[in-house]
Amino acid sequence: MNVVTPPRTKIRVRGRSFMAFVLAPEPPLGIWLRDLDAQIARSPGFFEARPVIIDLAAFTGGEPGTDTLLTDLEQRGISVIDVENAGAVPGTDPWRRPLIGGRNAGDIDAADNKYAATPTETSLLLAEPVRSGQSVQFSKGDLTIIGSVASGAEVLARGSIHIYGTLRGRAIAGALGGPKARIFCRRLEAELVAIDGFYLTADDMDQAMRGRAVQIRLDGDALVISPLG
Amino acid sequence: MAKVVVVTSGKGGVGKTTSTAALGAALAQNGEKVVVVDFDVGLRNLDLVMGSERRVVFDMINVIQGDAKLQQALIRDKRLDNLSLLPASQTRDKDALTGEGVARVVAELREKFDWVLCDSPAGIERGATLAMHHADIAIVVTNPEVSSVRDSDRIIGLLDSKTAKAERGERIEKHLLLTRYDAARAARGDMLKVGDVLDILSIPLLGIIPESQEVLRASNIGSPVTLSAPTSPPGRAYAEAVRRLRGEALEVIVPAERVGLVSRLFGRKVA
Repeated sequence: MNVVTPPRTKIRVRGRSFMAFVLAPEPPLGIWLRDLDAQIARSPGFFEARPVIIDLAAFTGGEPGTDTLLTDLEQRGISVIDVENAGAVPGTDPWRRPLIGGRNAGDIDAADNKYAATPTETSLLLAEPVRSGQSVQFSKGDLTIIGSVASGAEVLARGSIHIYGTLRGRAIAGALGGPKARIFCRRLEAELVAIDGFYLTADDMDQAMRGRAVQIRLDGDALVISPLG
Repeated sequence: MAKVVVVTSGKGGVGKTTSTAALGAALAQNGEKVVVVDFDVGLRNLDLVMGSERRVVFDMINVIQGDAKLQQALIRDKRLDNLSLLPASQTRDKDALTGEGVARVVAELREKFDWVLCDSPAGIERGATLAMHHADIAIVVTNPEVSSVRDSDRIIGLLDSKTAKAERGERIEKHLLLTRYDAARAARGDMLKVGDVLDILSIPLLGIIPESQEVLRASNIGSPVTLSAPTSPPGRAYAEAVRRLRGEALEVIVPAERVGLVSRLFGRKVA
């Protein structure tokens, strides 16, 4: 998915944003880590090479395990890039690290260039199927795909995701914090769906919903899949 | 105007080389001037399947590096004199294949032939991307298995972004060739259905090649199946695929959906 840029005469410097996941551990850490392991076992590779920010708001200081938390997370392949709300937890300076690791999210082809040209655009329309290995990320609003999202492909949007085809890969809506975002698809065969950081893998989905036209929304902290129409 | 076709798949062992040889021979039988090009540097096989392995002197790398002229490296088929082979090197490594060198060779082949069929190596690395780079048409060889279908999907994504046509903002023509289709297994339901594969990949179907001993035999005697057994089911299927490739509107008949009770019982016995 290389985009070949023609040589420019002027050097342009542009702002660039990228998405980081926020992980919020809760005390007691032993149990939280066990839950995390279970989650990772169900969805291996979910955190792989993704930048993660740790939110320590739930900690008031003195909870056991915070001193080894960073190592615990790294052992699970989670690359921590920063920490927030760490006022009560001492010794978190080494957690803030220069941006190494993380992952190039991959370029979005022509469609992405279109929105770069019109910065006010709040939705992105792709008129083609998203193929295995491709990742489409839209950080401004809703994403609409006319076609299917293949197994091994991934679509991420700040807002809702509409797929007029079969969703076989991953769809992550409300990716920058958006509990009201929803995912719609003509046919659900997804590997993973997520809204506002809450996710559901294929094994955890209601099997009766597979193969059907559905919408997925967030109710509290649970994803609800319901048939469309 | 010559047409450059890449035969590709992502996954190995699905039948790219066999298909390149069979399609190339069938095109030549139709009177077209054809060259089949082996891009699998280090693991060349097309010469064996074409039965030309004893006549390889120079290869594509020699031509790229200027050690030989293209005309010296081309091997004319003994059965059809409008069919040629440009072999890959078995001893060099993939880095000897340069983008600029491949561009030069393909441009020269375009002048000499009507059809240039490029047999891609497996994988999505350099060899595969170079093989597809100059193609006008891609034939995506897929087995009705989930792993093969997913890899083909990945390759289609690359065809739409990494080829010269894609870089110019044009569309590369893509066709699906479903190979090793086992009617007995399809009847039992332990293989992906044709409709499912087409639904996932959403590119037009060029043909369905049935799994057959004839294909294996053809490879072993060094003759494309369209020459050694033109009336066998795979031979006929490849010949029909070539008619579609040349623009004929010919309906694809799905073999499995017509399987009766007798062959179903027979299929069980074999398994």
